[in-house]
Amino acid sequence: MLKVENLKKSFGTFEAVKGISFSVAKGEVLGFLGPNGAGKSTTMRMITGFIPPTSGTALICGHDIITDPVGAKSCLGYLPEAAPSYRAMTVEDFLTFAAKIRGFCKADIPAKVDEVIAKAGLAKVRRQTIDTLSKGYRQRTCFAQAIIHKPSVLIMDEPTDGLDPNQKFVVRQMIKEMSADMAIIISTHILEEVDAVCTHAVVIADGEAKTGTRENAKITVADLRKLDPSGKLDTIFRKLTMKEEK
Amino acid sequence: MSCCCKKNGHCPCTAVRTVFGREFKSYFDSPVAYVFLVAFLVLAGFLTFGVAFFYERRQADLTPFFFWHPWMYLLLVPAATMGSWAEERRNGTIELLLTMPITLGEALVGKFLAAWSFIGIGLALTFPVVCTAAWLGSPDFGAIFCGYLGSFLLAGAATAIGIFASSLSRSQVIGFVISLAITFLLLIIGFDPVVNAVANWGVPSGIVNTIASCSLLQHFDAMRRGMIDFADIGYYVGVMVFMLAAAQVVTDSRKAS
Repeated sequence: MLKVENLKKSFGTFEAVKGISFSVAKGEVLGFLGPNGAGKSTTMRMITGFIPPTSGTALICGHDIITDPVGAKSCLGYLPEAAPSYRAMTVEDFLTFAAKIRGFCKADIPAKVDEVIAKAGLAKVRRQTIDTLSKGYRQRTCFAQAIIHKPSVLIMDEPTDGLDPNQKFVVRQMIKEMSADMAIIISTHILEEVDAVCTHAVVIADGEAKTGTRENAKITVADLRKLDPSGKLDTIFRKLTMKEEK
Repeated sequence: MSCCCKKNGHCPCTAVRTVFGREFKSYFDSPVAYVFLVAFLVLAGFLTFGVAFFYERRQADLTPFFFWHPWMYLLLVPAATMGSWAEERRNGTIELLLTMPITLGEALVGKFLAAWSFIGIGLALTFPVVCTAAWLGSPDFGAIFCGYLGSFLLAGAATAIGIFASSLSRSQVIGFVISLAITFLLLIIGFDPVVNAVANWGVPSGIVNTIASCSLLQHFDAMRRGMIDFADIGYYVGVMVFMLAAAQVVTDSRKAS
């Protein structure tokens, strides 16, 4: 579904991502873990085609994000960090816009919008402008646009950041429900996310993968736990990422 | 969905139309659009009837009406376009938009057409001036059509400049100021008093004329008097294409900043 091949990104002389490779198959939920400033969002932005990599590439359902960005993006759902959306629009109009840009036929759009509104639990607020919604609902609205076309690959950058425990629970439930049909990447520094939804993990620090091999940085959550005798994720996270900060 | 240019399941026309629809509607989601339209119409009426003495001239033509258009666009078009990219970057929606299956060029054209159409609505709402001229005498409707065409093309060029300026910064105010500065420069280099003053300084007439020929004003002059020259139309189309291409390069390089 998704194959990331030696992605690198430099901003001037600063190497933000120093070459990372992994793949995600259907049914897998990959936790992309790292401290703030590790290069998580930069990697997500390269995979989604928002910024071009300095070298390397990502293949989404066989479409190269460099040579066939539109083809790759049509197989992709993306929830950017902070869940941006057009705040003057109503939830319904925003999702209709997302459906149109995804190329759905005019006749199919109302059904698609209704379906995703039901799935994301937005029925109560469908005619409200996004500006008037709570953070949780705004997150769910942006989440709804990411899944409206039932993408093969779903990428979420900090999907539960800033949400209250109930809102986090709802978002995680939605991720679990969809995980059987998609390859999912969750970029986060919140370790409880790994226990809650992830099947696999990649840990990144200072732009470098700290898990797996050079060819495939992905490991299972069980293998991640084996990296420390305690099996505690926060200990393992510190062990892998704090060394770099010293 | 039928499309004349569908390629690998992607239709550029649909993408442009969708962005256009969202952008165009967004103008009317806030009071700014109505303020803009009222300001445009009040200014057009005041300058035509109050400053240019439309009635006192006792001629049924719209020359004094079109005379003021470049100067009205100088202020109003930057105001209409300043949020085009700056708002997308400030709110982070640029990341959402450009990770959807559309190209940057399609997003840019959609935004440009929406802004140009919005200004076109303002221009169309000046029809009472035409009615007044028709009621008072027998104006040359061909000349009026040429004037409107020229004004619309001029608005298109100013819009493309505004879109380019908006792509330079995440601040709407900076976008407004840069757009105003570029448009002012492109107007003033063809403004007769300035051209004459530069010629009087001893600058060779060839250079003065070449610079003046790049002016938005000079290409509008013939059209507002009722003459269509394809060179003038080509000039405005050229400015639009150049400015949109520049906006594409800038947006592409600065979108993540």
